[in-house]
Amino acid sequence: MNKITYSLNYRKPKGEYLPDEEVLICVRYYHKANNAAPKIIKKSTGVKCKLKDWDTNWHKKECRSPVKSSDKDFKSKNSLIEQTAKNFEQYLIQIQKTPELKYSPKLKSNQPDGVLKDKWTNHKNKINLVNPANKRLIDIIVVGTGLAGGSAAATLAELGYNVKAFCFQDSPRRAHSIAAQGGINAAKNYQGDGDSTYRLFYDTVKGGDYRSRESNVYRLAEVSTNIIDQCVAQGVPFARDYGGLLDNRSFGGVLVSRTFYAKGQTGQQLLLGAYSAMNRQIGRGKIKMYNRHEMLDVVLVDGKARGIITRNLITGAVERHSAHAVVLGSGGYGNVFYLSTNAMGSNVTAAWKAHKRGAYFANPCFTQIHPTCIPVSGDHQSKLTLMSESLRNDGRIWVPNIKEDAISIREGKITPLDILEENRDYFLERRYPAFGNLVPRDVASRAAKERCDAGFGVNATGEAVYLDFAAAIIRYGKEEAHINGEDENNETLVNKLGTAVIKKKYGNLFQMYEKIVDQNPYKTPMMIYPAVHYTMGGIWVDYNLMTTIPGLYAIGEANFSDHGANRLGASALMQGLADGYFVLPYTIGDYLSDDISTGPIPTDTAEFENAEDEAIKKLNFFINNKGKHSVDFFHKKLGKIMWNKCGMARNSKDLNEAIKEISDLRNLFWNEVKVPGSADEFNEELAKAGRVADFLELGELFAKDALSREESCGGHFRDEHQTPEGEAVRNKDYQFVSAWEYKGDPKDAILHKEELNYNDIEVKERSYK
Amino acid sequence: MKLKLKIWRQKNSTSKGSIVNYDVDNISPNMSFLEMLDQLNSTLIKNDESPVAFDHDCREGICGSCSLYINGQAHGPDRAITTCQLHMRKFKDGDTIFIEPFRATSFPVIKDLIVDRSAFDRIQHAGGYISVNTSGNTQDANSIPINKTDADNAFDAATCIGCGACVATCKNSSAMLFVGAKISQYALLPQGKVEASDRVTKMIDQMDLEGFGNCSNTGACEVECPKGISLDNIARMNRELMKSKVL
Repeated sequence: MNKITYSLNYRKPKGEYLPDEEVLICVRYYHKANNAAPKIIKKSTGVKCKLKDWDTNWHKKECRSPVKSSDKDFKSKNSLIEQTAKNFEQYLIQIQKTPELKYSPKLKSNQPDGVLKDKWTNHKNKINLVNPANKRLIDIIVVGTGLAGGSAAATLAELGYNVKAFCFQDSPRRAHSIAAQGGINAAKNYQGDGDSTYRLFYDTVKGGDYRSRESNVYRLAEVSTNIIDQCVAQGVPFARDYGGLLDNRSFGGVLVSRTFYAKGQTGQQLLLGAYSAMNRQIGRGKIKMYNRHEMLDVVLVDGKARGIITRNLITGAVERHSAHAVVLGSGGYGNVFYLSTNAMGSNVTAAWKAHKRGAYFANPCFTQIHPTCIPVSGDHQSKLTLMSESLRNDGRIWVPNIKEDAISIREGKITPLDILEENRDYFLERRYPAFGNLVPRDVASRAAKERCDAGFGVNATGEAVYLDFAAAIIRYGKEEAHINGEDENNETLVNKLGTAVIKKKYGNLFQMYEKIVDQNPYKTPMMIYPAVHYTMGGIWVDYNLMTTIPGLYAIGEANFSDHGANRLGASALMQGLADGYFVLPYTIGDYLSDDISTGPIPTDTAEFENAEDEAIKKLNFFINNKGKHSVDFFHKKLGKIMWNKCGMARNSKDLNEAIKEISDLRNLFWNEVKVPGSADEFNEELAKAGRVADFLELGELFAKDALSREESCGGHFRDEHQTPEGEAVRNKDYQFVSAWEYKGDPKDAILHKEELNYNDIEVKERSYK
Repeated sequence: MKLKLKIWRQKNSTSKGSIVNYDVDNISPNMSFLEMLDQLNSTLIKNDESPVAFDHDCREGICGSCSLYINGQAHGPDRAITTCQLHMRKFKDGDTIFIEPFRATSFPVIKDLIVDRSAFDRIQHAGGYISVNTSGNTQDANSIPINKTDADNAFDAATCIGCGACVATCKNSSAMLFVGAKISQYALLPQGKVEASDRVTKMIDQMDLEGFGNCSNTGACEVECPKGISLDNIARMNRELMKSKVL
């Protein structure tokens, strides 16, 4: 029921008014929905009348005019009142009709229209380009020189832009992409096993548990084949078969062999490819390379990203650098857990500073815990080492199925070789017969945790499972013996031949394991346990890879777009290179085409000065704080909170505690952190302090994001949302991207949602059984 | 374990350095060598002393950042690993360990154990690449089959992580193992053959310009190389250089 009435807006008791005193007239809108409490909304008409001219019986008259004719302006006043009432009513009806906006209008994904498979081609045909002569007038900053940053810097320079590239390592070749082992996916279908662009797209969306953007993933699958062609042309020595053609292997979560590899060093070889392309451009003067430089802030001029503030890690000098656009290829934030497979220097600072300047941060809680890492050995541990997923091609994962056996192993009374075949529980093969040991990473990790939590874990800590190659050695040994025409039943021979095959395939990984654990994995099964490895979340970007700050782009692991809630093996290298070689160099032109006559961006402006001052102030704060504890003290504490309460399984109680504990720890950090030395020298502790300060903010947002996502999907598993068998339960109401807007403290961050639509793929339960 | 450390301390590139003694206690044999240094540094910070600066990043033997000269050996006593993969179980309780930076004229010390290896980058800028644009319009990756031996040899050469142990180990401070590996990788692949002679000339010129010495076939570099890069690569480089002069 709706009713419009008029009233006088008394400011004091009615009796105190004199007859000649003027009072404002207002419109009252009375609204009552079926069962709800009535609502009255008032709006001033801006019209006044004397008390003696007010008609208290206006509602009884047909014309409903409240101002009596004794007022000399009664006609115009009444018509003004009437008009106000009409407009007001119109407005209120409008509001009631519009449903509350579920998805944020601020997140424009800019996905092109049309059929999925033509989107990228159509988009490239339609976007603006910068002509070659004008590219010379445009500067671009690229932060980070891993696969994404390195390939982007090289390609942008080839196109003719002036590129300034930055890395904190002593050479771009040392970016942490180098540590990727297993391989890179591409829908080449060289093995003729039914692979296609669509299948790679399908596997990636499904693997990501339907939380990635459909059109971005299709584009990724589409350009994947170009990457392999490109890398071979650059001299990347991929593995080949005896016929001289490229070899492939299979990775978790897929049913085809589409992974190209260079032994266990694929990341290194691809990065050296991108680095060589950079070298060519550095030699030509098109890339100016800044090694050992850390980005401290991004500078916005008129709302656009126009430069960065950096610190020279050798001299300590804080510097200003300007450009027409800034590209962040600064990697992921796995080190928020302190212990991870990331490099010691990997950090979130560049991304977080961008976030603080207005770039939304998407899905921070989507983190990948990799199932096959070398278990933690003690408190001294500074990092965890990954064993490539490719090992799961031939290794079988098991724990004892008798608890007493597990205890005896932990106490060192028996070895795994003492456990009879029937007393072994190959739990992945048991739970997921279709995919077996090659289930996706999130599934494999949780299954291992489940067994260890149930008391079947091995290693002194009880936090490890076996990865056993004995069966593969026998299988390969028999095969080789057969080829050589030798005795397949000769155990010693078969063992020798099989070991040789395994050595050829995984030799460097086995050597790495032996050096760290001091056990021979050819003889005793490897021990593995899950560890933080990759972050699917990151800075929110649109289809053009632009963040919510105009002119600021994010590529590779630093952005969020392609892997949803879980990344498939060998897809990180693919995405990094796709973004850098084949996507960003095109899409950035669309933005830069407006900048052809801008001219160089000056760095002597207030914006640069303020950002620089802020950065220097923070550095000086750390030096002068003289607290009690080293940076690592806080980082380790943060890592423990993250691992225990935001790790492989999360629940609302833990997450709420984590939010509080991280916030407290952050306060303690700012009061008690101790950084030795000065700001104008090589000072690793100072660099670490700045990075950990940012992790302490990100960690809280991470927990807040995990708490707000009431479902289990991919790497995000909430105890509250699981089947009785312990499988993840996804919630279709959460088919969106959570993008957080910075508002000071992480607890005040505002959630924006981007709706995810799947038109070319059916959203199904993700089953690997 | 208890250990006596003798570590090279040098404030910056212009100051004079010296060996300083430190005692460390409670070292677990399962620690990596760098974790042992982490522990020393945390004690130094606690005592308001300056921590020892050393390069490190991936700590899994692939980035090539770490660069210590331990008891007179690049990357320490174990074979085929980098310093970050060296574990304390290779030492005995009570041992004295000398820790120095990688020494070479072309690798000036930046601070303590950190050296400047940008000469390696500059050699690669001179020609360590195949001149192909990243247009995505190259031919199909399988259009040129490469025989497995060449592909494997190219891969073996390409495993170099650019750490500089070869230079630090060589009595002539020669970078020929590093340069030879890069030249070999490209020379063995059909894609790299096109500009092979140009490349070998440019890279060797830059190598000489940086002040690296020459090879006198001792082979110490091959022994100390954490990735086992073979001396054959130096031979191949010389062959390529000859070819470029003759043909």
